[in-house]
Amino acid sequence: MTMLRETWLIVERQLLLLRRSPAWMITGVLQPALYLVLFAPLLKTALHAGSTGQAYETFVPGLLVMLALYSTLFAGFTLIGEQRAGVLERHRVTPVSRQALLLGRCLREVISLLFQASVIVVFGLPFGLSVSIGDLLLVYLLLGLVALLMSMLSYAAALRLRSEDALGPVLNTVTQPLLLLSGVLLPITAASAPAWLLDISRVNPMTWTVDAVRALFAGDHADRSIWVAVVTTVVLTAVVQVWVGRLFVRSVR
Amino acid sequence: MSATAAVDARGLRKTYRFRDTDVAAVQGVDLFVESGQIFGFLGPNGAGKTTTLRMLTTLLPMDSGTATIAGIDLATRPAEVRRRIGYVAQGGSTWYELTAREELVLQARMYGCSRADAVRRAAAVIEAFELNDCADRRCKTYSGGQRRRADVALGVIHDPGLLFLDEPTAGLDPQSRAHMWIEIRRLRDNGMTVFLTTHYLDEADALCDRIAIIDDGRIVAEGSPAELKREFAGDVVSIGLNGASQAAARLFEHQPYVRRLEAPGDGGLHLYVDAAQNAVPLILRVLDRAGVLPESVELHRPSLDDVFLAKTGRSLRD
Repeated sequence: MTMLRETWLIVERQLLLLRRSPAWMITGVLQPALYLVLFAPLLKTALHAGSTGQAYETFVPGLLVMLALYSTLFAGFTLIGEQRAGVLERHRVTPVSRQALLLGRCLREVISLLFQASVIVVFGLPFGLSVSIGDLLLVYLLLGLVALLMSMLSYAAALRLRSEDALGPVLNTVTQPLLLLSGVLLPITAASAPAWLLDISRVNPMTWTVDAVRALFAGDHADRSIWVAVVTTVVLTAVVQVWVGRLFVRSVR
Repeated sequence: MSATAAVDARGLRKTYRFRDTDVAAVQGVDLFVESGQIFGFLGPNGAGKTTTLRMLTTLLPMDSGTATIAGIDLATRPAEVRRRIGYVAQGGSTWYELTAREELVLQARMYGCSRADAVRRAAAVIEAFELNDCADRRCKTYSGGQRRRADVALGVIHDPGLLFLDEPTAGLDPQSRAHMWIEIRRLRDNGMTVFLTTHYLDEADALCDRIAIIDDGRIVAEGSPAELKREFAGDVVSIGLNGASQAAARLFEHQPYVRRLEAPGDGGLHLYVDAAQNAVPLILRVLDRAGVLPESVELHRPSLDDVFLAKTGRSLRD
């Protein structure tokens, strides 16, 4: 299928770029790794967890979602760079489908995120983190969708703002509350949070994703957050893909 | 005329909207480009060159008008147009962290070439555009001329029948510029139609088979450089006479080859003629018969700037 081939071609190019300047990916993985080493050891006591492994099962999922939210945020910067260099325009004059030009770029963020996530998970193993392969694949699906969603939104912001100076503050302003309200650092529960905070956090789709990833790491397959998270991220990603796709076709000059 | 059209555009219009004001960038442009030619699109900055080019290359939707590009209707089948054209933008098109060879191979594959074919094509254009020395270095290390040649190589990797070049030599040093002219002529000689924009008059004159001059969103003149110069400006023969220019002017009043004459009062006489090389012997004979010995005879060949001046009332260099 042409669309698939074309998308992969763009991914291939993006991966080549990633290999050429791996600094982004390395710093991207270094930050959460520092959290794991310098912050996570405090959690066993702070969370009243039974073991370090349990504390990690609460903390690592939050870290992974945070990574998915933050590392893909910078996708828009790459797009502005490519636009300025004339690369995007050159690609637009080729017969490659517009959707492939967009999707291929976003998939690079997904691939790079899944690589980073793997590093974090492997890092957590000696500390007692455990997860089955099937659950991990479901975690990857969720993280991949979040990464896709966020990179598309980042592209949308980049297409609208067209300047790095404006892009950074806007993305940070949107992402930080999204992140805090999802309970990535500490779970937002009825026991721990005031009612208003709990209510707000429940309408944040990221909360469901964090809960779902936590449930999967805990091996708790019955938790309803899993299917809620899968359905909402799939639907959200599909809607955003259509919207940003249109924006991309119209506004990339 | 049985020539096939590489570009046949009628009534192109484009208006940009900035805040609350409309800026009419292109106001009814007709263009006809014959296959196999280098067609120059000439005009000052902001005249509508790039906007027109971007419409013809599918990058910008037209507000109105119709265009057939390489035989394909632009409005209804843009994807098919993209398959048949190459486009090299003004500001460059390479990514600094990749090498020209990497970009070329990827670009060829974007046109549907297999990997092996793409590698072969990349090697061929690297050879043709003399990029051997730098093709495997990252693009950020290139000189201006190398980068520009890499841009054009990317534009022709799929061997299009029609190539659009936006200001191909802007900002290049004279040597790189001359090199680029050679490359562009080579493409034309291999059968490619080249549509280029430029604001350099000497470039349009030296390189293009035909040119169209655009000013303020409208085509003001169109033809071969020689035709335009003849039509709008003509050659000038300036004769230095020691005084007596009024008397000498009368000698030429009824000569058929003199289109117009001026006696500016500095003792000289300016004769506007179609072709100076043919007129000068005749002029000298008239002077000789009248017993006038000119102090000097100077020929002034018009430039495209004179054409531009004649059509728009101002110099392109303003």
